[in-house]
Amino acid sequence: MGSKSSVFDMIGPVMIGPSSSHTAGVVRIARAAIRVLGGSPENAVITFYNSFARTYEGHGSDKAILGGLMDFKTDDPHIREAFDIIKERGIQYTFKSIGNASVYHPNTIKLVLTKGAKTIEVIGESLGGGLINIAEVDGFNANFTAQSHTLIIKAQDVAGAIAFISNIIAQEQTNIATMSVSRKGKNDLACHVIEMDSGIRATTIDYLKTIPWIKDLIYIPDIDL
Amino acid sequence: MNQMRAFFFVVNTNGIGEFYKRINPNNMSFLFDSFKGWKQYCLDKDITLYDSVIEYEMTQKNKKEADIWTGLGKAYQVMKEAVDTGLQEDMTSRSGMINNGAKKVYKHPLSVLSPEFQRLIARALAAKEVNSCMGRVVAAPTAGASGILPGTLYTLQEIHQLEDQKILEGLLVGAGIALIIEEKASLAGAVGGCQAETGSAAAMASGAMVFCLGGSIDQIFNAVAITIQCMLGLVCDPVAGLVEIPCVVRNASASAIANSSAQIALADVSAVIPVDECIEAMGEIGASMETRYKETALGGLAATLTGQEIAKRVLIQDIEILPDEELPQ
Ligand code: SF4
Repeated sequence: MGSKSSVFDMIGPVMIGPSSSHTAGVVRIARAAIRVLGGSPENAVITFYNSFARTYEGHGSDKAILGGLMDFKTDDPHIREAFDIIKERGIQYTFKSIGNASVYHPNTIKLVLTKGAKTIEVIGESLGGGLINIAEVDGFNANFTAQSHTLIIKAQDVAGAIAFISNIIAQEQTNIATMSVSRKGKNDLACHVIEMDSGIRATTIDYLKTIPWIKDLIYIPDIDL
Repeated sequence: MNQMRAFFFVVNTNGIGEFYKRINPNNMSFLFDSFKGWKQYCLDKDITLYDSVIEYEMTQKNKKEADIWTGLGKAYQVMKEAVDTGLQEDMTSRSGMINNGAKKVYKHPLSVLSPEFQRLIARALAAKEVNSCMGRVVAAPTAGASGILPGTLYTLQEIHQLEDQKILEGLLVGAGIALIIEEKASLAGAVGGCQAETGSAAAMASGAMVFCLGGSIDQIFNAVAITIQCMLGLVCDPVAGLVEIPCVVRNASASAIANSSAQIALADVSAVIPVDECIEAMGEIGASMETRYKETALGGLAATLTGQEIAKRVLIQDIEILPDEELPQ
């Protein structure tokens, strides 16, 4: 039994057309990705897969992704002028289309974003109705919706890591909605993805960053705020 | 105690809901399962339809009443802006298929029926053109149907000099109607065809209009039933997969049907088939519709000769096809 919709799913959302999966969802994928990067990129390589590969121009998903990379919200009318605005801001971008990546969801986008010395890769899926799934971050399975607050921790695969992290979060009086761990290989880095119902304090994040076996920590508060 | 709780949880998810509903007739979470239940709930508690929707949003979605009204006010504002934008600014879509049609209709010197009807049609087109041209709209219930509530309610308010508050109450009635359709059938073209999108929006609009004009609960639900009867079977066949042709003109026709149904229902002409059964028929038709009629752009208008030519022109042809061994992962 899924939870029922809100009045504002019926009369809403307020959004930029033409379709929630081609605009709102795409904007949200980019908004999640720039939070992984830690700001708007200097350079972006954007690959549209499968159904998106042919239709992204017609639906304006190219403007939507550029708007999202500049942190525009899903109902920002400036999305329509995203090409002009991104030029003014000097952000470089390249679009690619790949038609038959059958392992990916029909509406998939890969973003390779660079800022200074940092480059990240995010794979996002637009599921319809503006909902998204961030499937991968830097090659790790991530699978989060970015609807709540998300913590991504790349850590050495030490015993007790999961218990340690969940204990710290429990101190914040927030609920863990989902938690997953994926590894690339044995004894390699493990990637913990934790979705929480409410946000956590900066001091807690700073503390986690001091733990020697935690190699990288990304905190993504609710992307629609 | 924990075990007890787990036990109840399992029982509830296994379909004892019906039983639970009977012993708890006033339980909010079941309110938008059927029109019959919605009416009974309001009669039992002696409240209006829109009161019950407010109550639902407050108890089930933890919203504050003031925030609900603010949200509705914003939504109606965006709807009116979409109508005005579509009638004033350049509305040419990237494919070129949408090209300022609403303005032409609005300004045309010859009225087929009446100037009011002409404005109704122009406004529904206008708001939907804004959607096709990457402007700001309210998905109500979906983006593809985003011209219907703006076109109908804007025009109704103008003709009958209604207060904004009345329209917002009407929007709540429309939301309640959509909640039930979503529960019993679907609101998505990809699931139920266009009847689910423009059909549901027309039903919301028709019910909201009868409400705004002082109709009874029976008349409101009858308007929904008649509208659904008129929209049944409509397939989703957008040319080139873009939300343009036939979506834009269907927002106009659905608005016209919403008005004709409201007129019939206000005169107490019965739909004969009760509203819940009409919605079930829509669900049944949607379920048996072939996938080429469900937003895949493989059937209907999308599959016509011209439709295919347009698709070839507007869709990106220059795409990379991976050799099999290079498939990711
Ligand atoms: S034809 Fe399909 S895409 Fe167009 S309005 Fe109807 S349901 Fe939506």
